[in-house]
Amino acid sequence: MSSTATVPEATAPSRSNASRAFRRFRRHRMAVLGAVTITLLFLASFLGPYLLPFNDTYIDIMHRFEGPFSGAHILGTDELGRDMLARLMMGGRISLLVGLTAMAISMAIGILVGAIAGYYGGVVGAALMRLVDAVLCFPTIFLLLALAALIEPGLLSIIVLIAATSWMDVARIVEGQIRALRERDFAVAAEALGASDRYIVFRELVPNAMAPVVVAATLTVAKAILLESYVSFLGYGIQPPVPSWGNMLNNAQIYLTSAPWLAILPGLAITLAVTSFNFIGDGLRDALDPRLDGR
Amino acid sequence: MSAPPVLEVENLAVRFRAEGGEVAAVSDVSFSVRRGETLAVVGESGSGKSVTSLALMRLLPKPPACHISGEARLAGQDGRMLDLLRLPETEMRAVRGNRIAMIFQEPMTSLNPVKTIGRQITEAIRLHRPMSRAAAEEEAVRLLDLVGIPAPRQRLTSYPHHLSGGMRQRVMIAIALSCEPAVLIADEPTTALDVTIQAQILDLLRRLQQMSGMAVIFITHNLGVVAEIADRVLVMYAGRVVEQADVRPLFARPLMPYTTGLLRSVPRLDLAGRRAGALPAIPGNVPDPRHPPTGCAFHPRCEHFQPGRCDAAAPALEQVGDGRTVRCLRWREISLETAA
Repeated sequence: MSSTATVPEATAPSRSNASRAFRRFRRHRMAVLGAVTITLLFLASFLGPYLLPFNDTYIDIMHRFEGPFSGAHILGTDELGRDMLARLMMGGRISLLVGLTAMAISMAIGILVGAIAGYYGGVVGAALMRLVDAVLCFPTIFLLLALAALIEPGLLSIIVLIAATSWMDVARIVEGQIRALRERDFAVAAEALGASDRYIVFRELVPNAMAPVVVAATLTVAKAILLESYVSFLGYGIQPPVPSWGNMLNNAQIYLTSAPWLAILPGLAITLAVTSFNFIGDGLRDALDPRLDGR
Repeated sequence: MSAPPVLEVENLAVRFRAEGGEVAAVSDVSFSVRRGETLAVVGESGSGKSVTSLALMRLLPKPPACHISGEARLAGQDGRMLDLLRLPETEMRAVRGNRIAMIFQEPMTSLNPVKTIGRQITEAIRLHRPMSRAAAEEEAVRLLDLVGIPAPRQRLTSYPHHLSGGMRQRVMIAIALSCEPAVLIADEPTTALDVTIQAQILDLLRRLQQMSGMAVIFITHNLGVVAEIADRVLVMYAGRVVEQADVRPLFARPLMPYTTGLLRSVPRLDLAGRRAGALPAIPGNVPDPRHPPTGCAFHPRCEHFQPGRCDAAAPALEQVGDGRTVRCLRWREISLETAA
């Protein structure tokens, strides 16, 4: 891409930014696949349960441990005869909800902390970044378990806990980006125009740092889903009988040899969701960078 | 020429804190510009021209890293004079980009790469002028048209990387003009552009100045550009003003040996062939501001250097008449010598 002297033709199509970004995203096959998968997971989780004849907590005691595709229950039943598909769908609701909201909260905290630290630097920046380091020093899983033991487990508390332990990566990314960006000419130019600090940071600099943040955000969704599963698997997260992919795995441990689908199905769901989000992240990174448009 | 000045700078001095003491980047700079006037600030790299402009915009680091003293009075909207160097930061923010605007050397990097041209202009307009997004967009189209950008409405959705350097500088000028500033500081706005585009941008600036009556402070090291655009010239050397004059007398008869050297080092087609050997350059380099020479800062490089005199006392800025000033102990003798 040559950066000089490309005189624009007057007839250049004035496409909207969104459609241009979408065009770039579409070129990324795996990202499109990921987006389709996530959309399907969403639809299945939020609409699917209404279409099924079985409730996720309905106990069909006559058909316990039924394998997938062998009877009325499409994906089989668990040790109490509850429909696996219904449970997976309801678990999906929890996992996706936790993943996305925890991501949103941790992005908000991370961007705020990172942007302030990066823009002001000095004592403020050092203090904030040492705080980030301090929080990063805690082994996440023990922190989560310790906090989960103190706080009553529930959907909201698990979201807050996960957000509280996953904002530091974003803060670090944003801090580094902003620190480099604030020296750039356009930041000085904005200051020369009489823009306030807040305007410069959030309207000029942060948009330039969005590409790595978006990638980090999708990774955070993936990580949050994993963390939720992990905490629920250990029994501190979402409490039975409410299903989540994590506590379904927890239940499945004992039956790993006799009824492997109880572990494989939620495991597959987690893998599918996590990898899809990662692929979306890759695609978004390219799509959100208008400088790649010329290729 | 009797219009009152819109910007008066008096005894401006900028000192930076460095390892082992302070460094005077700019000292004792005084000048004024009137409505519709173009003042060119000329000097080599490191002569303090950009620091002067950044000090006026208050874009230099805050104390203790940097100390600014002196006075800079800018005519406010209501005719009241505002001291730029003492205004509280919030009021200064209302002045920047509004009463006094600036365009930079690098049009390639002065625009935000991830925002469309339209957004950047409308947001700049809305920083100082309360208007709806739609109205600001119309204003942006008008400004783009004014600075000579073809198909301005289509350009609103372009990103900076879609535009050439000259086009980007036009956009920067449109942004700087969005609030009709009283003073425009142009810090080497054409240095990064090729010569034909440079001429177009100079033309544009001149045309816009005639339309709006703004004062322009044009910072450059290119004397060809100075001859083209300036009414008055301020020659800076080692952070001080060494000569100030109207553009014609300065080019016709420079008084300070440094100015003479600068003028002589410009390649000239009309002298080609007649002048033997290499282009005359000023020997040596700009002095290190941490260890300024004693006496006249230019004496180590001056061909008229007289030991015991030029290196003894720093010359004062001397009034020569017609608003012309020069900082040289020997300017009378030298001008007699050269006239002879």
